[in-house]
Amino acid sequence: MKSAVIVFPGSNCDRDLAVAFEAVSGSKPEMVWHGESELPEGLDLIGVPGGFSYGDYLRSGAMAARSPVMQAVARAAERGTFVLGVCNGFQVLTEAGLLPGALMRNAGTHFVCRDVALTVENSQSAFTSRYAAGESITVPVAHHDGNYFADAATLDRLEGEGRIAFRYGEAVNGSARDIAGILNDAGNVLGMMPHPERAIDTGHGGTDGRRVFEGLVESLMTRA
Amino acid sequence: MKARIFVTLKPGVLDPQGKAIQHALAGLGFGGVNDVRAGRLIELDLADGTSEAEVDEMCRKLLANTVIENYRIETLG
Repeated sequence: MKSAVIVFPGSNCDRDLAVAFEAVSGSKPEMVWHGESELPEGLDLIGVPGGFSYGDYLRSGAMAARSPVMQAVARAAERGTFVLGVCNGFQVLTEAGLLPGALMRNAGTHFVCRDVALTVENSQSAFTSRYAAGESITVPVAHHDGNYFADAATLDRLEGEGRIAFRYGEAVNGSARDIAGILNDAGNVLGMMPHPERAIDTGHGGTDGRRVFEGLVESLMTRA
Repeated sequence: MKARIFVTLKPGVLDPQGKAIQHALAGLGFGGVNDVRAGRLIELDLADGTSEAEVDEMCRKLLANTVIENYRIETLG
């Protein structure tokens, strides 16, 4: 598997994401700086990591979404390359228009940093195929702007098309319909606020996030 | 030439910061505040001849997220 992790000024989960990619696939991802206008050739998977890209200036993810590398990420996504955006990465993907909706300030105004229960809504995607639909898992969140918003028509479309990958199993941030993670219409782009890369090893206190990466690796192997 | 861009949340979009400000005002004894909406003011110093259409494009492409926000442009001289 050939993968890359994008690094913005202010990213702070880029190395965690790289560790997760390598732990599950056995190959080290390339770290790609935000100023690059081209990605390495032949990528199977691109990680857009968590953190505080550009200090969350203007809006979370807004500046990163307009950086040169994101044009290349958008072109790769169009070609079917898998793109996983976690936390700030999810914010970047919505700001870049690769996923619908927006992530707003948490309804309770507080930064939320704890393990939360998630329900796997769609187990058909490459990202979620190693879970059972309806399964409850525990994955940590750490965000201030995770309150998912989209208009009712968009939410209905996401529901109808099975594009809600994960829902919160408890009150976390006020997200519309408890949405924690969504897929694009082609199913090759996933954005999620919880951090699966922080739950891949028993040393992390849980391994419920590991299957996101295992599912991707398995899907790439069957694709090849 | 200067322009001021007022970015505000669309009506109906929950504004947790506005709510927190409202509560803080109530805590200071200002009970008559029915609602608070917090927004953002961006001031641009522009080259003469910059068209309003260009400023509008700046708003749509970066300054406002039109999924959740409205914007209003005020040009000054």
